[in-house]
Amino acid sequence: MRSFIAFIKKETFHILRDTRTLYILFGMPIALVLIFGYTVTNEFKNASVAVYDKSNDPLSGQLIRHLTSSGHFRLIKAVRSVEELEDLFMTGDVKLGIMIPAHFEKNFHDHKVISIQLITDATEPNYAATLTTYASRMIQSFKKKNAVGSMPQFTIDIETRMLYNPTLIGAYNFIPGVVALILMLICAMMTSLTIAREKELGTMDLLLVSPLNPILIILGKVTPYIVLSFINALVVFGMGYLIFEVPIRGSMVLLLALTVLYLLVALALGILISTKSNTQQTAMMSSLFTLLMPTILLSGFIFPIASMPKFLQVISMIIPAKYFIMIEKAIMLKGADWNAVAFYSGILALMVLVLFIAAWRNFKVIYK
Amino acid sequence: MRRLGYIIRKEFIQILRNKAILPLMTIVPIVQLILLTFAADSEVENVRLAIVDLDRSPASRLLIQKITYADRFIIEDLPASVRQADFMMQNDDADIVLTIPGQFEKHYLKTGQGQLQLLVNAINGQQATVGAAYLGTIIQGFNEELKLEVTRTVFPAQAAGPILKTEPAYWFNPNLNFKHFMAPGIMGELVTILVMLLTAMNIVREREIGTIEQINVTPIRKWEFILGKMIPFLIIGMILLAVGLSIGKILFDVPFRGNLIVVFAYCFVNLTAVLGLGLFISNISDTQQQAMLTTFFFVIIFILMSGLFTPIESMPEFAQYLTIPNPIAHFVHVMRSVLLKGSSVTDISYSFKVTALLSFIFNTLAVLSYRKVN
Repeated sequence: MRSFIAFIKKETFHILRDTRTLYILFGMPIALVLIFGYTVTNEFKNASVAVYDKSNDPLSGQLIRHLTSSGHFRLIKAVRSVEELEDLFMTGDVKLGIMIPAHFEKNFHDHKVISIQLITDATEPNYAATLTTYASRMIQSFKKKNAVGSMPQFTIDIETRMLYNPTLIGAYNFIPGVVALILMLICAMMTSLTIAREKELGTMDLLLVSPLNPILIILGKVTPYIVLSFINALVVFGMGYLIFEVPIRGSMVLLLALTVLYLLVALALGILISTKSNTQQTAMMSSLFTLLMPTILLSGFIFPIASMPKFLQVISMIIPAKYFIMIEKAIMLKGADWNAVAFYSGILALMVLVLFIAAWRNFKVIYK
Repeated sequence: MRRLGYIIRKEFIQILRNKAILPLMTIVPIVQLILLTFAADSEVENVRLAIVDLDRSPASRLLIQKITYADRFIIEDLPASVRQADFMMQNDDADIVLTIPGQFEKHYLKTGQGQLQLLVNAINGQQATVGAAYLGTIIQGFNEELKLEVTRTVFPAQAAGPILKTEPAYWFNPNLNFKHFMAPGIMGELVTILVMLLTAMNIVREREIGTIEQINVTPIRKWEFILGKMIPFLIIGMILLAVGLSIGKILFDVPFRGNLIVVFAYCFVNLTAVLGLGLFISNISDTQQQAMLTTFFFVIIFILMSGLFTPIESMPEFAQYLTIPNPIAHFVHVMRSVLLKGSSVTDISYSFKVTALLSFIFNTLAVLSYRKVN
């Protein structure tokens, strides 16, 4: 046991000595939270708009002011032809072109049908659709404000209640995702690399002939990373709570216990990859493409799983991060107790078991 | 010049010899491209909906019919009471509950005001909230239809006031195909990541396993060494782009409206910038682990702020400036503009210039930071 502790100490010194790695390990989660919190958003404001106003009368001018006053649209240029508009689309300077037909004011007061064209750069389909919806809504509200008619306004009000996340705070979604991602990154990637490194440099053989049991060697190498990633998880939860007011409604102890469970999955994956790779490059590429990408894409963190094609939904069932994110959300946002998350935790536990057995078998084949 | 040829040959031998890294460099990115394009197709579908119809009138039936026709929703159930629907929500059997209150139609005809209630499970992020937005659009369409019917029978045509019709025109992508949007961007991203990671780990690897000493005692010059390291990866990156483009064409039928030479020319400039950054990181790192982590730190930030998944326009202003030194942001922009819109060199000249400048800066740093003797 004494020699084991000494070994962990040695490994910890290795990590602490490398200050740049430490900075990045702690800087990364903070940077991610800040990026997600402040820069990555789907809501739009200041969309660049060009107007092609064929009538140029006071009322059409009012319509344009009405559109830009909302803060959603920013008028970049008034164009005089469709070709000019096309050029602006080509450079990407403008995303929406509004075409107002001639005699706008006259037709408006004569109660005629006026069609306003909304031309969007649909290479970004979702953005184009959102712009069109907003612009037509603004145009309808302009009509309501300016038209005189004797007919009652027929409208349907939709009273919407957002359950569990009433103000639609993005942080409720990304904080759990960032935790899942960071733990996978540090715990799985870093461990696979440290072990692969010993192999590549040939120092693994030196360690193996030492009186320490091979399992203890692996454990000693990974322990500092477990501690590091756990601290990182705490930092992200803390930032979520303090900056973005993401609550932890359920039991904190349960949440942290299950975080450790997920850490073990990541760890097992890291060790499995390291037993399969002989160089750090291989270990890194395998981790990148089999762990990190799937964790970002198929965990439901950024893209909703339910909208994906069937075969991806099936693949997503073996992504540990998917279950961990569901557990996090249930405990943090819904205040779920153990019973509600027991099933998902069971799946994670099963993954730990299977992965460790696989890693152990690989390990034995190599170091017998 | 002969020396440069030798160094390039050495690199190629080393790359091709490594049986483990070769598939990771070729097959895996392609699989990623396919999977990613499918996964990132963020058209929201299969939203699970429960409808509580307490009105049971022609109008409410019409609404339900309209929702059924839009294929975005799966109508899970038509529970008889609000309580039953709430229960479904709690068990996570429904994303949205729509309640049509009793006397909905009667009230609408009499006062011109209708009321509907939506309960949205906002925890699932996009699925439910985007679903609710779709539902809102359907309800507005339903309102227009109902209104037209009522006004036609009750009111004379003139009293209706002007009608402002909005006609959407979706240029370059009339079917709003999301895969056409994602695939080019992802190609750019994957090529960049792969090249940057491989170069970043390259020189530091030689240093870590000691082979750099052997190179250091040869008469090779600094720039020859750097170029020798760059050219192989440049070639690999270009080949990968060619393969990616073919797959995008064959599998997703991505349109090639612009000139492919422009795409490859830009890719060349972009890769020199990325290679420079990778080599610089490699030079200032002591271990491969450190190099990888540093690269990762940049790559993740580059990707998230590249406009690949969320439009750059939606970012706050300070963040938009931060995308200027981001090679992935330019790559994604150029790929989309040239392939989907057919932009010419002059249209994207800004990206070309900025990337060339970045390339110059990164490569200068790479050459300056490389030392033969410690």
